[in-house]
Amino acid sequence: MSKDSSQQAVLERASLRAIVLDAIAANSHLKGSLLPILHQIQNQLGHVPSEYVVDIADALSLSRAEVHGVISFYHGFTTSPQGKTVIEVCRAESCQAKGGRLIEAAVKQKLGVDYKQTTKDGEFTLEDVYCLGNCACSPSIRVGSEIYGRVTAESVNSLIDDLKTGDSQ
Amino acid sequence: MSFRVFVPQDSSAISVGANAVAAKLQELHPELDIVRNGSRGLFWLEPMIEVKTDAGRVAYGPVSAADVEQLIEQGMLEGAQNHPLSLGLTQEIPFLKKQQRLTFKRLGLADPLSLDDYIALDGFKGLERSLSMSRQECVDEVKQSGLRGRGGAAFPTGIKWQTVLDAESKGADEQKYIVCNADEGDSGTFADRLQMEGDPYALIEGMTIAGIAVGANKGFIYLREEYPHAHAMLNRALSLAEQANYLGDNILGSAHSFDLEVRLGAKSYICGEETALLDSLEGKRGIVRAKPPLPALEGLFGKPTVVNNVLSLSTIPIIFSEGAEYYASFGMGRSLGTMPFQLAGNLKHTGLVELAFGVTLDTLVNEFGGGSASDRPLRAVQVGGPLGTYLPASQWQSLMDYEELASFGAVLGHGGIVAFDDTVDMAEQARFSMEFCAEESCGKCTPCRIGAVRGVEVIDKIRTNNDHAANIKLLGSLCNTMESGSLCAMGGMTPFPVRSAMQHFGEDFGINPSDSNSSNEQAS
Repeated sequence: MSKDSSQQAVLERASLRAIVLDAIAANSHLKGSLLPILHQIQNQLGHVPSEYVVDIADALSLSRAEVHGVISFYHGFTTSPQGKTVIEVCRAESCQAKGGRLIEAAVKQKLGVDYKQTTKDGEFTLEDVYCLGNCACSPSIRVGSEIYGRVTAESVNSLIDDLKTGDSQ
Repeated sequence: MSFRVFVPQDSSAISVGANAVAAKLQELHPELDIVRNGSRGLFWLEPMIEVKTDAGRVAYGPVSAADVEQLIEQGMLEGAQNHPLSLGLTQEIPFLKKQQRLTFKRLGLADPLSLDDYIALDGFKGLERSLSMSRQECVDEVKQSGLRGRGGAAFPTGIKWQTVLDAESKGADEQKYIVCNADEGDSGTFADRLQMEGDPYALIEGMTIAGIAVGANKGFIYLREEYPHAHAMLNRALSLAEQANYLGDNILGSAHSFDLEVRLGAKSYICGEETALLDSLEGKRGIVRAKPPLPALEGLFGKPTVVNNVLSLSTIPIIFSEGAEYYASFGMGRSLGTMPFQLAGNLKHTGLVELAFGVTLDTLVNEFGGGSASDRPLRAVQVGGPLGTYLPASQWQSLMDYEELASFGAVLGHGGIVAFDDTVDMAEQARFSMEFCAEESCGKCTPCRIGAVRGVEVIDKIRTNNDHAANIKLLGSLCNTMESGSLCAMGGMTPFPVRSAMQHFGEDFGINPSDSNSSNEQAS
């Protein structure tokens, strides 16, 4: 590793930690502040880096095990870095009744990954989700904070192509 | 003259292109008065746009951005009805006309964030009335309405409120809480989302009345993370309501104060269970608590807490503005008032149908729902979410009423109705129920945590014809263990869809119809 890139890494770590400390400072006055803190970090970094669990634990007078226990309990938090774009495919009953299993297969094939995996180029993380509340327009997927209803294998494929080239949204 | 056009900003409408439609309208006619209303709940017609005419609002749908130019050329802005997407007067669309909307009386009529529109449509009348009543009178009003928890458990809301009113808060601060369960995780349900996005002030008003009634000055809305649009809408509504003094200190000049905050879940189905929800709000893992103590006595942070569903709380305003007797004049038996049913899955007409209790499932699925979207015969309908039973056609004449459904082991739950056509493999559905339970179990009870994993394995063996008869028997026994040995509905009700699939669709499990008697015995 060159000197430049190691300095870069130090800077990146410093800014990551700043984001974590900001999230703690912004929320620790709330009662039951752990989830709001984790949400803010997860939103900004795409994951909650394990090395900062200790900062959160110290700030809230919790043990590291307690904080880690909460992170690992919820599907919405992860300690692994996510791809640039997270694609969630609904696996629940209403989507199943409208061919959702075909959508699942199409997305997996298109991305070449299974659920909870990230593509090699770091572009996409694929997640399963149990209901997006869009059941009257099934089947549905979610990309970031956008929900897409009445999707087909074709429409999902072209959506992913658009995301790759940066055309969408 | 300026034309007024309504284009819903509901997330389902947006998911099928409503924003693109609005943008196209604006581009072609910058002078148009475009109102981004809530959805009317006729989702198969979304994006459904409406135009205000002298005769009333007329609708067009489903409209894509590509249709807009042609619609306008053919006179849409003047209300012309000669286009194939014309739907006539919105109020006359049978799906809507035949409904009895009480909780959802304002749905889709206006910009959900306009306080003026909310007030013009009877908003805050209930709150004003509650401010003139004693706490006990408020609680009595809810009791007399017959309202039962719409989240699924159907516990009488007034009795819950009475318990919290009577509870003495431990500690010096006398703190009590109102918690809204907006963790609408059941597949096939979207009424909470529709309510929060389409009429958020009704929820705020209902929670404020609850606070006044039981003496709580702080409320939380525990919202699932999967609802980003509802989150944004609620936060904007809270801020506007606070600016107008419908929230905050000394509401409308009264002695009552009420603060409200939205908190996000993190994709955990079990947090829809009220005690797991409370643990989650406290910043912990969402683990189900043993009861007693009841949350009404020792709830959030150990304080007396009302935990009600979005729909229960959003129904409070109309109970207070129109009176308990009016609300209780709908419904049947012990299921009074109306139920917002949600039609989903493989139906032609999907959406929200609010009706008095007592309608048949067949009416909902075939009359309102219009039969299958795929034009194949419908085979199974799951009522009440992922823990609800699968009903075969022979049970579709059942009345939708808490007690009637319970009489044969079914549940109404949160009112979700998911229809499947004859391509469904019910053994695969049963397997999914177990898989879902394994994924979402909080892990506290062994029958749920481990039983669900074993359930998947056993169903896999049945489906591959591995020691078939013994595994059919084992699955029945496993269901019994889960049902009787789990603390909450997650493990306790996962057997419902599994067993009903086995009982009514035994052929999908390789059960010979001629020994259906013995398989029923094993399964029950």
